[in-house]
Amino acid sequence: MFSHSKIEQNVILMLVLILITVSIGGLVEIVPLYTVESTIERVEGVRPYTPLELRGRDIYIREGCYLCHSQQVRPFRDEVERYGHYSLAAESMYDHPFQWGSKRTGPDLARVGGKYSNEWHAAHMADPRSVVPESIMPAYGFMLDRPLEAADIAERLETNRAVGVPYSDEMIENAAADLEAQADPEADTDDLLARYPKAAVGDFDGNPALLSEMDAMVAYMQILGRMVDFTDVKPEDLRQ
Amino acid sequence: MTDQASASSSAYNEGVIRLLVIATMFWGVAAFLVGVLIALQLAYPVLNLDLEWFSFGRVRPLHTSGAIFGFGGNALIATSFYVVQRTGRTTLFGGETLAGFVFVGYQLFLVMAGVGYLLGITQGREYAEPEWYVDLWLTLVWVVYLLVFLGTTVAMLHIVNALALPVSWTGTKSYSLFSGVQDALTQWWYGHNAVGFFLTAGFLGIMYYFIPKQAERPVYSYRLSIIHFWSIIFLYIWAGPHHLFYTSLPDWAQTLGMTFSVMLWMPSWGGMINGIMTLSGAWDKLRTDPVLRFLVVSVAFYGMSTFEGPLMSVKPVNALSHWTDWTVGHTHSGALGCSARSISWCPSCGGARGSIPSVWSAFTSGSRPSASCSTSRPCGSRASCKA
Repeated sequence: MFSHSKIEQNVILMLVLILITVSIGGLVEIVPLYTVESTIERVEGVRPYTPLELRGRDIYIREGCYLCHSQQVRPFRDEVERYGHYSLAAESMYDHPFQWGSKRTGPDLARVGGKYSNEWHAAHMADPRSVVPESIMPAYGFMLDRPLEAADIAERLETNRAVGVPYSDEMIENAAADLEAQADPEADTDDLLARYPKAAVGDFDGNPALLSEMDAMVAYMQILGRMVDFTDVKPEDLRQ
Repeated sequence: MTDQASASSSAYNEGVIRLLVIATMFWGVAAFLVGVLIALQLAYPVLNLDLEWFSFGRVRPLHTSGAIFGFGGNALIATSFYVVQRTGRTTLFGGETLAGFVFVGYQLFLVMAGVGYLLGITQGREYAEPEWYVDLWLTLVWVVYLLVFLGTTVAMLHIVNALALPVSWTGTKSYSLFSGVQDALTQWWYGHNAVGFFLTAGFLGIMYYFIPKQAERPVYSYRLSIIHFWSIIFLYIWAGPHHLFYTSLPDWAQTLGMTFSVMLWMPSWGGMINGIMTLSGAWDKLRTDPVLRFLVVSVAFYGMSTFEGPLMSVKPVNALSHWTDWTVGHTHSGALGCSARSISWCPSCGGARGSIPSVWSAFTSGSRPSASCSTSRPCGSRASCKA
């Protein structure tokens, strides 16, 4: 007759049975997300981040913005009316890691791109209460003065390519130049925009003389949620 | 009998347990103080001091990691080393050397992770913030721990979720192997079970060992404890998607997550009933034994949290509760109400046995001399209560 004490007295058997027991749920839920093709909706427009946006995203992660801001609009009337179309899986398919968040102390940022001016973003991040008096956000004034570290920008793109983001050879070759050009109001940005459609270009932080961390942050803010053109999207494209 | 027992007791590797208990208390106090600080920052943003390394976003992971891994982790390692020697009637494999490495290595992991957060070195995934070099180090510590203990499921969760590719071997930055929706579910498969296995299953082990011992009663139902154990570890793993309701995660995964979350209510309450019924015939001990009092309140909080959890995992309820402080409150009732209270065995046993002198013997024996010693004999027959 079966006795559970056999398992209790054999730690290796116990370990193996525990591993099998806990693996089932994870396997059933996670593996299909890679194998079922419709997990990512069939929409056009989602592209890898520009080098400057990617550096802005790095800073977003560094400062722990995800602890107070979500990037995920849920399909509810109140959220759609406030933020825009609900979020698609496709929109974060190049996000390593995802930044959907778990708490909204501040507003959702999934579609903040284009809603405020560069000046507003720079002023808001440097001194949130100067533009939103009731805000409890920490101030990030240091980003205005801090030069953006980007010597390894090509490596950062390559690392993203290695984990599945489709950066082309051309994008990696021009990474440093694209980074500079996006925040330089004098630069010729035709090539940049050909590689990265819809990227916001120009001076972001109010100081064209310095490529600052604020430039990168605001460039990242301004692309959020703008890649997919929803006027072209049909309901059947969204079926998961 | 008593002499024999205390002789065998002193042969156990107690030094490292003492250190782990001290570390538990240290990280606990540190994490709670940091929690108060970031709560104040939310109320008075001026307390961010406009310093980048002092702002909420960088300090908050210090609070969560300090509580989960510093406080909870050290408590679990201490408990496992304490219990495994007594149930196996043997000393730790590898002796003080390997166990000492686990202690030092684990504290080093915590310090590296914490310093990194303040410097802005983070993967940006909740409860998995440490960057790749810290993860590699922790993996080594886990392997040694496994060698010493042979039996945990946490190591697997850590390794899968930590898969990331560093930009360069000399830098601190990495990009996660997974992206978007897959990364989200992997993260919450981990995130949910960091709480589930770490703060629940581990601390239930504390309940099943120390409540019978403290009440001097057998576990109410051995069969129920077995059903509790296997069903909870099976079901828990499925519940991750309840952190991702109404997001871009496909509906089938959300529905699975909700179903299993609600099912989880049953084994949880089975375990709670098992713990409380163990006190049958020993309820009078609550009057005299502060340790047992803590343990019972802990089980009661376990019951409340594991009712609230499935409730919040019902999609329409979650539509309301998600993104709000309700979630934060739920975590705190579980972590403080249930997990933290079950650690009450530490000062009592350590203090009463005289293994942790000064501070805690003053705390336990000084404040309640007759309570914690003569009546309850916190460490079973081995308690000599000389302090």
